[in-house]
Amino acid sequence: MKKLSNPAIIIVSAALVLTSLVAFHSSASNAAPVPTPETVMLTGAGATFPYPIYSKWFSDYNKIHPDIQINYQSIGSGAGIRQLLSGTVDFGASDAPMNDEQLGQAKIKILHFPTVLGAVVPTYNILGVSQELNFPGEVLAGIYLGRITKWNDPEIIKYNEGVNLPAQDIVVVHRSDGSGTSYVWTDYLSKVFIEWGTKVGRNTSVNWPVGLGGKGNEGVAGLVKQTPGAIGYVELIYAVQNKLPYGRVRNAAGVFVKGDLAGVTAAAAGYAKVIPEDFRISITNAPGETAYPIASFTYLLIPTKIQDANKKEIIKGFLAWMLHDGQKEAEPLSYAPLPKEVVAKELKQISQIQ
Amino acid sequence: MAGIPVPTRRAAANRRAPALIQGLRSGDTFAHLITLFCAASVLLLTVALVFELYVNSTTAQHKFGLRFLTGRTWDPVSGEFGALPFVYGTLVTSALALLVAVPLGVGAAIFLSELAPPRISNALTFVIELLAAVPSVIYGLLGIFITAPFLRQYGEPFLKRTLGFLPLFQGPMYGVGMLAAGFVLAIMVVPFVISLSREVLMAVPVDQREAALGLGATKWESTWQVVVPYARLGIMASIFLALARALGETMAVTMVIGNDPRISSSLFAPGYSIAAVIANEFAEATADLHLQALIELGLVLFALTIVINGLARIVIISTTQKGSRQ
Repeated sequence: MKKLSNPAIIIVSAALVLTSLVAFHSSASNAAPVPTPETVMLTGAGATFPYPIYSKWFSDYNKIHPDIQINYQSIGSGAGIRQLLSGTVDFGASDAPMNDEQLGQAKIKILHFPTVLGAVVPTYNILGVSQELNFPGEVLAGIYLGRITKWNDPEIIKYNEGVNLPAQDIVVVHRSDGSGTSYVWTDYLSKVFIEWGTKVGRNTSVNWPVGLGGKGNEGVAGLVKQTPGAIGYVELIYAVQNKLPYGRVRNAAGVFVKGDLAGVTAAAAGYAKVIPEDFRISITNAPGETAYPIASFTYLLIPTKIQDANKKEIIKGFLAWMLHDGQKEAEPLSYAPLPKEVVAKELKQISQIQ
Repeated sequence: MAGIPVPTRRAAANRRAPALIQGLRSGDTFAHLITLFCAASVLLLTVALVFELYVNSTTAQHKFGLRFLTGRTWDPVSGEFGALPFVYGTLVTSALALLVAVPLGVGAAIFLSELAPPRISNALTFVIELLAAVPSVIYGLLGIFITAPFLRQYGEPFLKRTLGFLPLFQGPMYGVGMLAAGFVLAIMVVPFVISLSREVLMAVPVDQREAALGLGATKWESTWQVVVPYARLGIMASIFLALARALGETMAVTMVIGNDPRISSSLFAPGYSIAAVIANEFAEATADLHLQALIELGLVLFALTIVINGLARIVIISTTQKGSRQ
């Protein structure tokens, strides 16, 4: 080692750092927690919305089968899909079905298994109004497009006779974080109001024409609660658990329905006959008198080919259990269970896993 | 930044193996290598960070080019991404934060180091250092529950009444928005300004003060005309550290800024910052281009920080020369 110049020394030691990092990385992955030999560990990642029921399912399943441990990371649907595509998890989970482009990127065909249903409700904070308001889809779209700007707009009054609506400015609140809740909301607005579809569209995050963004259900609810004249949208479960006031929404049959679990299951049942083989369907604006129109499935994403025979049987066993016993746990946790027709269809799909 | 001065003795020692062993035994060479290793890892981390950000956003860079920096639309549905509203929101909220935090922080530091009785000074300093350790989500909650409602009910109506002729203070008042974000950031960075400025003020040699007092200066004249100018480099360093924190702050900002990517002349209006949009949309970004645009935003924030740090250095260098000429 003869008289190295400073930069050279730095580069050499930088390389040393790099190699040691790489070495550390590989040794770390080798030394992943190895439980007792007979325990099988599965990992999944994705949607945050169904996390409470998934964690209950996985822990209950572990009680029945102590040798099976399923870990689930609720890192968001988008991130879950990416991890599934890169093969770092055994299964993914998403609120919105994967699109064709994403399915095209998958090396192994991926199946969608609806697990439970969720719904989104409009919540508001209007001075002196404690009644439940009626919202047709086009009024919600008009508000979120920034076209209806006052609470005493004739469009709103028309469907809410007898409610003393003030001449208050409407403050629109939406989710700022990418979210399945926003997807369902914008999907519904796209279906009921053509201009929403062409101007804004449906996605987990969109270019909102107006409004304030709140982070998460709690962020939206907080902003609505604090801001006089505000309207926002939150998950049904969140609204129920936090006793937020929320309005009725007009469904495809023309009936104003208040979001509840039965109405959400009814929405899925309304589409049961037309659900495609791959279950990738939006169930917003569902037909049926009792159907609540802003509802959606949430999915487990399972590859059709699982190399490890042991893991394959576990996943199949779990799916069958989830569709039978698991569904009974949905309602106590405020999730809408799947309708019978969908369960029957999904049980058939399990055999596609090889 | 790069390069640690290697003492010439060290270089000489490297030439002869026995000397090297001698050096290792005495621990000098060993310590040298270890610290060098640490310094190099910092450099490597920075390079790796830029490299990763760059490589993972190439599609977005090709697609938008410089238009990315000037574009005002952020539309994940149609795949149109422009960073300008986020850059604007980041700069405005950080500037607002400094506008509030610097006079407050430096003033407090002068009081604590020069004027306050030692017992009060120590107690207050302890509290301030405690504030610096509070997680940003707590400041965000403070913003949601106190700052924003206060601004909506009293602060913004007052500003509108008194300064409403300026476009800065017009439009609907939501409480949340750029002003709220600026205030919350100011509260967050003020402990840094106070804590560091106090340290540098206390490090000013006693001789300086005594000389000033000996020449007949009052206590305040000695503080303001001798001690503060002596410590100005350190004070500036504290301001730039505060600025760096404000630029990159994510959680507290996203909770109160309103998260709306629009450029509005009014401080009452909601805005958006770079760090906030990355945190908000990264997990659920399913489209490739969306993800790449978010990563490119990270690169933009990085570049912004470098530019501002560069400017800071220029300011420091120029004022140092002025000082030495006097």
